[in-house]
Amino acid sequence: MPGDFEKAMVRVENASKTFVMHLQGGTRLPAVAHARFTAVRGECLVLAGPSGIGKSSLLKMIYGNYRCDSGAIHVHHQGRYIDVAQASARMILRLRLETVGYVSQFLRVMPRVSAFDVVCASAKAQGMNDALARTETAELLDRLHLPKRLWNLPPATFSGGEQQRINIARGFISDHPVLLLDEPTASLDAANCAVVVELIAEKKRAGVAMIGVFHDHEMREKIADRVIDVSQFSAREENCG
Amino acid sequence: MNAPNRPELSQDTELPLMQVRGLTRYFGARPGCIDVSFDVFAGEVLAIVGESGSGKSTLLSLISAQLKPDQGAVHYQMRDGVNRNVLELNEAEQRLLMRTDWGFVHQDPAMGLRMGISAGANIGERLMAIGARHYGDIRSAAQSWLTCVEIEPDRIDDLPKAFSGGMRQRLQFARNLVTQPRLIFMDEPTGGLDVSVQARLLDLLRELAANLGLAVIIVTHDLGVARILSHRILVMRRGRVIEQGLTDQVLDDPQEPYTQLLVSSILQA
Repeated sequence: MPGDFEKAMVRVENASKTFVMHLQGGTRLPAVAHARFTAVRGECLVLAGPSGIGKSSLLKMIYGNYRCDSGAIHVHHQGRYIDVAQASARMILRLRLETVGYVSQFLRVMPRVSAFDVVCASAKAQGMNDALARTETAELLDRLHLPKRLWNLPPATFSGGEQQRINIARGFISDHPVLLLDEPTASLDAANCAVVVELIAEKKRAGVAMIGVFHDHEMREKIADRVIDVSQFSAREENCG
Repeated sequence: MNAPNRPELSQDTELPLMQVRGLTRYFGARPGCIDVSFDVFAGEVLAIVGESGSGKSTLLSLISAQLKPDQGAVHYQMRDGVNRNVLELNEAEQRLLMRTDWGFVHQDPAMGLRMGISAGANIGERLMAIGARHYGDIRSAAQSWLTCVEIEPDRIDDLPKAFSGGMRQRLQFARNLVTQPRLIFMDEPTGGLDVSVQARLLDLLRELAANLGLAVIIVTHDLGVARILSHRILVMRRGRVIEQGLTDQVLDDPQEPYTQLLVSSILQA
């Protein structure tokens, strides 16, 4: 594999983002200015800083959910670097399928699809066979203490914590070399937080590069290999100063 | 974000299934569609959104060769791999395309179905149009497609009139899918249905598109439908495409004032 020696999985280079609110008279809301950092294989990088400083926006820019106004976001994909800021819609979809996973705080799923199938489909999307996908789904839902009676129900009516565990299972079951974690433990109890700590450790051993936002200090201390203070990239600070 | 899982997309090197270039059509002085260009790839779901009168249905009629444009071209990769301008096909060729490789799902099932013949005959008719003659084969194909769209196969001899709105719409899918088309046009396929019926239909549509590797061009004014089903989105206003791109990017980070207005007008349930 040509890219095996290359350790940098994500290189954010001078990335900036400003929201222009046309319905509010063109108000400009700077979100991220000149962000610059690298995430390597097998590490968990935590983005820190006060609320509203642009941590989630940065994750969304790496995922291609938010556009990048300037700069570049290089993601190591199949032996080469793809600049998400310039990539076509189809390329971004392929990146998401094969390279970049995302675990958010919120679950958005089809109305009729069961919790089990949501997770199982995520495994199968990357080519895992049905039997193995089902076994791994069951194991992971068990580990995350999701009661069996919920497995075959659509998660729409689940509690916040239950939905979040479906999200975590869906994100961690797949085999993405890059995983973005947007407060995945926000509404979890201690036992389930401990499971997530284990899952993250397993991903590190597998060489996955993770970039996450975790407000909980205890959680952060357990998983972070490096902490990046996002306020240094904040355009708002710049404007105030 | 976190769209439901979708099938693997074809590689960049692959040619688009359909290439629309500079499509323009005026109705007198009123613009229906102005200079619209886009590509659709195999297995891709493309949503065309915009308010009533934005030109999205006109665009669908143009690209499906039901309406002639003033200018522009619609290139399509035929089943034999040859790239043809659909607008230059003769009428018989266009009809064959419409009956085999393309499907069209109308908002009103009565427009896409023949209400006076049985469900089975509605499905079988499209097969017979391309030469199927064996009664038993046609009937068993009809039965299996009924099952695929979640209609009890024992309803095969019932008239569509006896079906609910959601069932009629699913029958319309089956009628279209029986010839194994590669591209399906859909005009507000969930419009006018109850929300619960809509959800079931959307889920079925998503599954069918993914499992059969269908390309779908779907016109909808419902951004929720676009988000759930589509990979990419075109936003139309006054006949023009004003913004296009990855569906979740356009909906979560809209750039144009009009797109921001559309997105901000969604009621949160």
